[in-house]
Amino acid sequence: MITLSQVSRSFTVGDQQVAALRGIDLNIAAGDYVSVMGPSGSGKSTLLNLIGLLDRPSSGTYKLDGGDVTALDDVQQARVRSEKIGFVFQSFHLVPRLTAAMNIELPMILAGIAPEERRERVAKLVENYGLKDRADHRPDQLSGGQRQRVAIARATSMHPAVLLADEPTGNLDQTTGREVMALLEQLVEQNVALILVTHDPVIGGRAHRQIHMVDGQIISETGRST
Amino acid sequence: MLFPDLVKLTTSSFLSYRMRSFLTGLGIAIGITAVILLTSIGEGLHQFVLAEFSQFGTNIITIQPGKTQTQGGNVGVFGSVRPLSLDDADALRHLPYVENVNPSLMGNVEVRANGKTRRTTVLGEGRDFAHAFTMKVQSGSFWPDEDNDQARALVVLGSKVRQELFPGQNPLGSYLRVGGQRYRVIGVMESKGQILGFDMDDTVIIPAARAMELLNRPGLIEMQVSYRASADVNAVIRLITERLKDRHGSEDFTVISQEQALEVLGSVLDVLTFAVGALGGISLLVGAVGILTIMTMAVTERTAEIGLLRALGAQERQVLILFLGEAMLLSALGGLAGLALGVGIAQGLHLIFPALPVHTPWLFAIAAELTAISIGLIAGVAPARRAARLDPVEALHAE
Repeated sequence: MITLSQVSRSFTVGDQQVAALRGIDLNIAAGDYVSVMGPSGSGKSTLLNLIGLLDRPSSGTYKLDGGDVTALDDVQQARVRSEKIGFVFQSFHLVPRLTAAMNIELPMILAGIAPEERRERVAKLVENYGLKDRADHRPDQLSGGQRQRVAIARATSMHPAVLLADEPTGNLDQTTGREVMALLEQLVEQNVALILVTHDPVIGGRAHRQIHMVDGQIISETGRST
Repeated sequence: MLFPDLVKLTTSSFLSYRMRSFLTGLGIAIGITAVILLTSIGEGLHQFVLAEFSQFGTNIITIQPGKTQTQGGNVGVFGSVRPLSLDDADALRHLPYVENVNPSLMGNVEVRANGKTRRTTVLGEGRDFAHAFTMKVQSGSFWPDEDNDQARALVVLGSKVRQELFPGQNPLGSYLRVGGQRYRVIGVMESKGQILGFDMDDTVIIPAARAMELLNRPGLIEMQVSYRASADVNAVIRLITERLKDRHGSEDFTVISQEQALEVLGSVLDVLTFAVGALGGISLLVGAVGILTIMTMAVTERTAEIGLLRALGAQERQVLILFLGEAMLLSALGGLAGLALGVGIAQGLHLIFPALPVHTPWLFAIAAELTAISIGLIAGVAPARRAARLDPVEALHAE
């Protein structure tokens, strides 16, 4: 489903070119559970941003569902993000002034989905993620675990094919972290490709495929593609 | 994104910064209040003055001695002008379309009756005075004939003079001393009130020929010609001008139609209304700067949120619309508050000072509200564009 070939990304810092990614080749299929590990500055997040179409590669090609997505313009990329990609962040990134339910609804609002359909989907997600009595609360009235559950519900509201999680347990205690991981892994069973960036070997070790990066390159890959 | 959702999202940010939104909206509200209040008073004044001027009817042409020229002053000052005489008035009476010709002059005299003395304005007029100016005689009548050489000593009283000098009695047939001469009272005018500060009731009216003699004036102050409403005003002016030029040998007089006078007056008052409106516009400008400031701050504070929206699939254009919507909501609500406040204060002033004319045309109100919204739009463009063009990766990591 995702095919990266010879993807590089370099930034200009001052008058120096800094390579964040060098010649990455990567294939990810639907239902894959991949963890990306490595020290900070190894290019994990840059890789995630590229896959999530928030960033463009300096060279190389990125094919998503067979189509080259690197050449798309802003409007088309936004549509792909909306329809195929979900994000879960370390710092949750909930909109503070909106209720949990409204936060979950946000991607569907941006996509222009009809209100009745949205209500149905939100009701289901709130139920599934155990947020029923929290739906009308604002993020600052929720615990960390609840916030991340809202974020996951939001990420899945558009039924994405790929879920990108950047240190999803980084701001949570161990117990809550495990609960959140269990929720994400449930999605893998529903054939969503989960790409998880972490530097916690315990969390990363649960993935079916583990990719280790150093200095913008993949140095080792263990596990198998499903 | 559907429109109701846009409203919901922009309202949510508006509500989450209540105080700030209120103060920003207040900037616009004060501007709109000033514009509405000032133009309401300006427009009220406009209508008031026009009504005062046109209450005698609009098909009146005024002729004054001396020609007003572009190079300053009235030539009459230099004495090379023939005064307007009663004969001139008679000559105009026979022109086509002309209904009434009223010779007119005024002065200040002492009147005395029943042992009471009063200084009042004496108007020298023709017998059709009341008719030409659509004024009503309460009792009695004007003098029955117009004999310029042998004008009779008859007087019509203003209602106030009558009240002061003949309280509780019928003055008709009594005698009144006007500047030492004896006049017989033959009529009393209905009360007319003040017109542009001049009390029409504190007057006595005598034949113009006698007034010239009494006041020792060589000519009339002006003549008023009323013409048939169906006639073309320019044609009547041309006829009058030709006739008087024949008599005077040159155009040493000025002919002004009520229509022209109202037009000039109207345009002067328009400028006045516009000028006070522009004054209020300056405070609107200050309000716009407030919106620009607050929206710039909002973009900086909510950078991470903008990054999130992009990650969730928002296009640049959607981010732009969200922030523009917020700016417009602020200014639209501010504008509405200003509108209410402006009209409220204007009407309140009118209640406290009934003499102050106040009028808010609907068109002004709508234009003011549209202006407020446009101001929000213009002030919001720069911050909204900045928000839309943020790099999503960098925006997401801004905290």
